[in-house]
Amino acid sequence: MAPSSAHKYISGATGDFEVVVGMEVHAQVASRAKLFSASSTEFGGEPNAHVSFVDAAMPGMLPVINRECVAQAVRAGLALKAKVNRRSSFDRKNYFYPDLPQGYQISQYKDPIVGEGEVQVDLTPDESIVVGIERLHLEQDAGKSLHDQAPNMSFVDLNRSGVALMEIVSKPDLRSADEAKAYVTKLRTILRYVGACDGDMEKGNLRADVNVSVRRPGEPLGTRCEIKNVNSIRFIGQAVDAEARRQIALIEDGGKVVQQTRLFDPTRGETRAMRTKEEAHDYRYFPDPDLLPLELDDAFIEGLASSLPELPDAKKSRFIAQYGLSSYDAGVLVADKAGADYFEAAVNAPGVKRDAKAVANWTLGDLSAHGNASGAPFYEAGLSPAALATFVDLIGEGTISGKQGKDLLLLLVGDEKGADPRALAERRGMRQLNDTGEIERAVDVVIAANADKAEQAKSKPGMLGWFVGQVMKSTGGKANPQTVSDMLKTRLGL
Amino acid sequence: MSVDPAGVRRIARLGRISVDDDEIDFLREELNATLAFVEQLAEVDVDGVEPMTSVARLKLPMREDVVRDGEKAAQILANAPLSEDGFFLVPKVID
Repeated sequence: MAPSSAHKYISGATGDFEVVVGMEVHAQVASRAKLFSASSTEFGGEPNAHVSFVDAAMPGMLPVINRECVAQAVRAGLALKAKVNRRSSFDRKNYFYPDLPQGYQISQYKDPIVGEGEVQVDLTPDESIVVGIERLHLEQDAGKSLHDQAPNMSFVDLNRSGVALMEIVSKPDLRSADEAKAYVTKLRTILRYVGACDGDMEKGNLRADVNVSVRRPGEPLGTRCEIKNVNSIRFIGQAVDAEARRQIALIEDGGKVVQQTRLFDPTRGETRAMRTKEEAHDYRYFPDPDLLPLELDDAFIEGLASSLPELPDAKKSRFIAQYGLSSYDAGVLVADKAGADYFEAAVNAPGVKRDAKAVANWTLGDLSAHGNASGAPFYEAGLSPAALATFVDLIGEGTISGKQGKDLLLLLVGDEKGADPRALAERRGMRQLNDTGEIERAVDVVIAANADKAEQAKSKPGMLGWFVGQVMKSTGGKANPQTVSDMLKTRLGL
Repeated sequence: MSVDPAGVRRIARLGRISVDDDEIDFLREELNATLAFVEQLAEVDVDGVEPMTSVARLKLPMREDVVRDGEKAAQILANAPLSEDGFFLVPKVID
């Protein structure tokens, strides 16, 4: 159970309310072929191109399970620190819809492949929560219906029909929109780390059904509403807030929350009930007679466990311990495995032992900014890890100043993409002035030209900054600022 | 376990099978007879007996993750009463 966090309560007109959120995330399994058939899972494609007779539910067609989909579900389960069930089975979830040619979805109701687990979510450097996982099971995705192409007809494309999904059900441990967003973000990161799902929400490869209820602090759980198919992290947060406020307003008006399925409308920023049907679905779950129970042996599971990469939590702890990074910086670097690998490649590139914190600062600062400008993450901003290492070395040696570094970096990700940083700095005449003799001369010139100010500086030490600026200007910005500052302090008697 | 006329209608509705009023009684008797027949199984004491999932000691066959099927849209759509631009056309459904 998540500890109660009073600072996250929402205040209504009549007092505080606690929001309780649970999520069912549908993650498309990364595989080449579908869960029970050998047609392609490739995105896009002409309508009904990636469809086999099994996917179209032609009479007599039978399902055969894809071993890799099973492996992916186990990898995900292991990464969620969950119990992998040695024995699980498949059930039919029966309902009629044009994009469900079988008239049922093959799912796992009674005995899922993965049981209880947990996800650690770092909300801030000071606050972490642990979100319980109830279960993870495998199921088929349905096809796609387009309702807006014609007035009286719907268009059905079965390309997605039969693609493998992992349904990951959390316990109702979340207590705010921010927690819900952070949880899905972390879950997505974990799934991407082990390669079980690419987490591409724009393609619909990761989507969430969000269960929201409210209660007065200390009271039993309220009635929940389910907001279906929310397909972006941002919308998840907005949906939680919108639905919580709707329920609170309803309760404070003397009404009762009715359990129902709702949709989030991002343009209106509110949820609305899905059109009600005469009767709720009765799925009549029963074991699929075409599929024997799935039995996994220890060797299979251990083989998968031993080939998992270092997971985000472990990597973050190691980055903090090994590289002296702050919790926040380490957290940002490990959010994407590719980013973490990029950072480490730069830190450990051959040559001098460089300052990991400096690498992190440039990576998370200027390099990330350049990446953002072109919509790319820092590890795809156009600078190789080796080049980043050389760049950081140039500054660490004092060959160029930090200011010159900013200019150099701009060139390295832009007009001079691919250039060797050392050669480029040389070519562009970027060289920090370190010669103490020359700096002395520059300092003396400035002090001589401003004798009155130099006198004032004795009682107004803040004027040091102005003097540093003047010396930097006179050397075309090339003097080593630290040396300038130290020399001025001595000369001015500060 | 038995069903009443309302139960018969509900079961037929769930299966999208249309049933006339004058068929209800007959169907109710048929369904109840089947249920009573199956209920005889409850007479057997199966405490501690693992449910049998397969007569032969078979394990669930698995396939390799290789694309070997699909790419035959024309055949997939061949029996559709209506199709357009590669899509199945169906009467518009709410939800």
